[in-house]
Amino acid sequence: MPGMKDKELVLLAHGDGGLLSRRLLEKHFLPCFSNEILSELSDASVFTVEGGRVAVSTDSFVIDPIFFPGGDIGKLAVYGTVNDLAVSGARPAYLTASFIIEEGFPLTDLDKIVLSMAEAARRAGVKIIAGDTKVVGRGQADKIFITTTGIGFLPPGVDLGYHRLEPGDRVIVNGSLGNHGLAVLLQRETFGIASQVESDCAPLNLIIEKLLQRFEGIKLMRDLTRGGLATNAKEIALASKADIWLEEQALPVDEAVKGVTEMLGLDPLYLANEGKFLVIVSAGEADTLLSFLKEEGRSGNASLIGEVKAGKGNVYLKTALGGARKLNLLAGAPLPRIC
Amino acid sequence: MAKNPAARSQKTARYHVLIRGVVQGVGFRPFVYNLARRWAIKGSVLNTPTGVIIDAEGEEKNITLFLKEIQENPPRLSKITFFQAHELPVRGYTSFQILSSETGAGKDALVPPDVATCTECREEIFDKNDRHYAYPFTNCTNCGPRFTIIREIPYDRPNTAMAPFSMCSECAGEYGNPGNRRFHAQPVACPGCGPQVEVRDRNGKIAAGKENWLQKCWEIIQKGNILALKGLGGFHLTCDARNKEAIAALRQRKGRDAKPFAVMCRDLETAEKYCLLDKREREILSSPQAPIVILRRKPDAELPEELAPGLNTLGVMLPYTPLHLLLFSGPFDLLVMTSGNYSGLPLVKDNARALNELGQIADYFLLHNRDIVNRCDDSLVRVIDGETHIIRRSRGYVPHPIPVLRQPGGPVILGAGGEMKNCFCLLKNDLAFMSQYIGEIDSVEGEENLFASLINFQRLIGAVPEIVAYDAHPGYASARVARLIPAREYLAVQHHHAHFASCMAENGMGNEEAIGVILDGTGYGPDGTLWGFEIIAGSYTKFRRVIHLAGVPLPGGEIAIRQPWRTAAAYLIHFLGARGKQAAESIFKDKNLDVLEKMIVKGFNSPLSSGCGRLFDAVAAILGVCLENTYEGQAAIELGELIREDRGSTASLAYPYEIKNGVIAPGTMIAGIIKDRLSGTPAEIISTRFHNTVAAMVIEAVETVSLNLNLKKVVLSGGTWQNHYLFRLVKKTLEKRGYRVLYHRRVPANDGGIALGQAMIAHWRWLKKCV
Ligand SMILES: [Fe+3]
Ligand SMILES: [Mg+2]
Ligand SMILES: [Zn+2]
Ligand SMILES: [Zn+2]
Repeated sequence: MPGMKDKELVLLAHGDGGLLSRRLLEKHFLPCFSNEILSELSDASVFTVEGGRVAVSTDSFVIDPIFFPGGDIGKLAVYGTVNDLAVSGARPAYLTASFIIEEGFPLTDLDKIVLSMAEAARRAGVKIIAGDTKVVGRGQADKIFITTTGIGFLPPGVDLGYHRLEPGDRVIVNGSLGNHGLAVLLQRETFGIASQVESDCAPLNLIIEKLLQRFEGIKLMRDLTRGGLATNAKEIALASKADIWLEEQALPVDEAVKGVTEMLGLDPLYLANEGKFLVIVSAGEADTLLSFLKEEGRSGNASLIGEVKAGKGNVYLKTALGGARKLNLLAGAPLPRIC
Repeated sequence: MAKNPAARSQKTARYHVLIRGVVQGVGFRPFVYNLARRWAIKGSVLNTPTGVIIDAEGEEKNITLFLKEIQENPPRLSKITFFQAHELPVRGYTSFQILSSETGAGKDALVPPDVATCTECREEIFDKNDRHYAYPFTNCTNCGPRFTIIREIPYDRPNTAMAPFSMCSECAGEYGNPGNRRFHAQPVACPGCGPQVEVRDRNGKIAAGKENWLQKCWEIIQKGNILALKGLGGFHLTCDARNKEAIAALRQRKGRDAKPFAVMCRDLETAEKYCLLDKREREILSSPQAPIVILRRKPDAELPEELAPGLNTLGVMLPYTPLHLLLFSGPFDLLVMTSGNYSGLPLVKDNARALNELGQIADYFLLHNRDIVNRCDDSLVRVIDGETHIIRRSRGYVPHPIPVLRQPGGPVILGAGGEMKNCFCLLKNDLAFMSQYIGEIDSVEGEENLFASLINFQRLIGAVPEIVAYDAHPGYASARVARLIPAREYLAVQHHHAHFASCMAENGMGNEEAIGVILDGTGYGPDGTLWGFEIIAGSYTKFRRVIHLAGVPLPGGEIAIRQPWRTAAAYLIHFLGARGKQAAESIFKDKNLDVLEKMIVKGFNSPLSSGCGRLFDAVAAILGVCLENTYEGQAAIELGELIREDRGSTASLAYPYEIKNGVIAPGTMIAGIIKDRLSGTPAEIISTRFHNTVAAMVIEAVETVSLNLNLKKVVLSGGTWQNHYLFRLVKKTLEKRGYRVLYHRRVPANDGGIALGQAMIAHWRWLKKCV
């Protein structure tokens, strides 16, 4: 009989494939993730595909801390992969989840994470249809790592990609920038800053599905995770060989984020987001798409932030005073250049 | 035929003479022509891309006198850098002719800098009976635009922005008459044939033409409006220097909080009314270069504080074009004259761009139809102990080369310069051609400006770099641009080594060992931290950082440089611990010091800096002088302004400090400053003591290095040396102790000078590799 203490913490034996493994699955995962495919508990899950194109995306989530204002690693693992599928134009349907857990991890925390994943999957309308759990010794992993793989279906006619960008296309973002990265940072580093900043962690597939139904002029979408707006815009520019001109004044950044990032000397344009995406859309549809985002998507801070121009793969930030600054890929904290 | 038999017996000779230097566009050929007539010399004078060539035939004795006179008394604006004569067989010329310029491959002729309007031209524009009356583009061989209008060499009218204007018969007559002041003056023009002005409103609508532009401009300024004025090297923004509201509007629209505005005043007498001038200051103010001179403001001068907030000085220049002179012939004797750009962006030089880019700043535009080919900001100088120190070297000086010690024949080398006050340098033979002020590179416009200016400059100098040297900072855009220049070798140079080498080069030093005291802002050090307070020992080829200031974390990185209170808190917390934190809390009451402390302790986004500029920032903030820098160097400048040289013994004391294992520990000094500050000692006294302490640190460090390495030459470079109190004190003390002190005059001590150092380091390293 395991003692009290053993009930609370993950043991190496939880990963040995024996009794404890079985118990972990039945008591901690299945009640939350239950659906007809997963409940089969076979070696592989089987589902039917009605012809057409399938999209697959995978991502591993290692985040410190695992709980932060506005979310946790579980929610992130679901939305991260769901959003990757969504911005590719696919409708996410299934996820797999693989856990690497450090010995001694509290089971109550595991429960919280699994519950949060289940809730996230429900909100996003996806099913978790396969999974795996491994336990590693203390120090061999940091608390918990989650890998999710997502499977989605591309509706007929959806064609997004760098090849579709044209000079004159508009760049729209669905809301304020930098909240997730800052919320996580403040939770981790504990600067003693009393801040209201929460992660923006949210599923994007529902609003994107609606956008794709309405706006033929959508050329490309991208979720603004690691590296933030600046790095992702630069990656688009590099891949498409077009220039992207952003207007500094149009970029939505919450006052709280502005205040704290200034204090820390950080640039919100380089902070990660988990519920923000860029839409590049033909000029003709930009305004209606923006109002649709604001009303239907309830993204009050959605903004038209820039324009695509013929060029050489640069991202320019037009400042309030009329000058422009080149934005580059995130490359550590920049050293001061003022002499 | 000469009747004197003695003269007849004189031998006739013929010489081919090549003269290089600034010999084009400075009245050199008419000068030679007139001289030839005086000494009965026959032959010709010719402008070529390699210089002026004289073919002189005459009596041997006369030729000797002729050539001697050319070398000893050349025209005022010329500068001969090379003179070579060799004998040729006699041809039997019958006259002396000025031949038209020759184009060719070699390009050793020097392009002259722009020259302020001369006295004769000034008289003409105010003479109702002269055909140049009230004409804003009047010029002659002694004055007028040069570098700013030259597209290509040789310097002939078709190669300038004057090409579209064909001379009327009167101008052509003067241009062709060797006896005339306008003989071969390329930009010669008059109201009948030259460029014209017009005034437009911010919608581009014409508000006045060439007949009434002047009255309209006066009216605009009188109403408190801001006028964008197309000058010589770019646009100026101007308004009444006595109208506080207009100045405030200009500051607000330009995004320039406190950085001092330069003023232009009617004449020397007006300048004397507001400022204290010495002889040298008077001279430099009215020199052909006509730079902005930083003058001491008279304490009782009735000038708005908004012109130069927190400063006891004022940047003053005199009108240097006929257009300016005419502008000052009306109701104003003092106008703000600041560069036409938004803070941090290059000076605007084209009409369309002005209307477009300055439309939110200026209410009206004074435009004209002569293109500005090469952008050129006003130069800025300061006189210290009768010597002119250049702070920004641009209009009037560029592209005049600076001679350096270097054997001819080496590769052409480009020094790409720094990031904030960029100026690049082309090293060709033993001449260093420093570019005009390029300014900040950290914008798309700045980067383009550097690139375009570099291309133009290469063409004018006739030099294509084979080796490119640039700053070692991994984030400098100037280094990125530099690596795009095609060359066979690239070399990264440490920022402060470049400062050191720049000062050595300016002082004609060879590759010898010396002590360098580099007091600077922040430059990238090879250990990945930010340097800027070094006592180095070395030469062009190598250097060693022997003694330096202890590093301090800059919480937030670059933002700490804009917000000196952060650096102040970092100094207090880093060096004095809990006691320092407490002091910081009592000084910076509304700042979040807990967060700052955590950043420092965790090392979060807090790069280490040992820069002298940062130390000045910290002390300025501790004294409450300047908590935020709205322009580069503001805190240090304002701190320097507090110095009272006449406060007697209390102020002359220095704070304690310690130099141990090559590191200057400022902790005890900071503690002393805090103690004084909290006990109510006046900021003037603390500032003076602080300056004395820095001087003491430097002197002790120099003595230590000198003793160990037996070096007696001390090279001072870096932006902090623009602090004249510190400069004087250190120079005087070191000289008294037998050191030879070398410092900057013709090349800026700030980052505007490092391109020269980069190029010289690259040269000597290349040379060393060759042997
Ligand atoms: Fe510097
Ligand atoms: Mg992914
Ligand atoms: Zn003249
Ligand atoms: Zn004329």
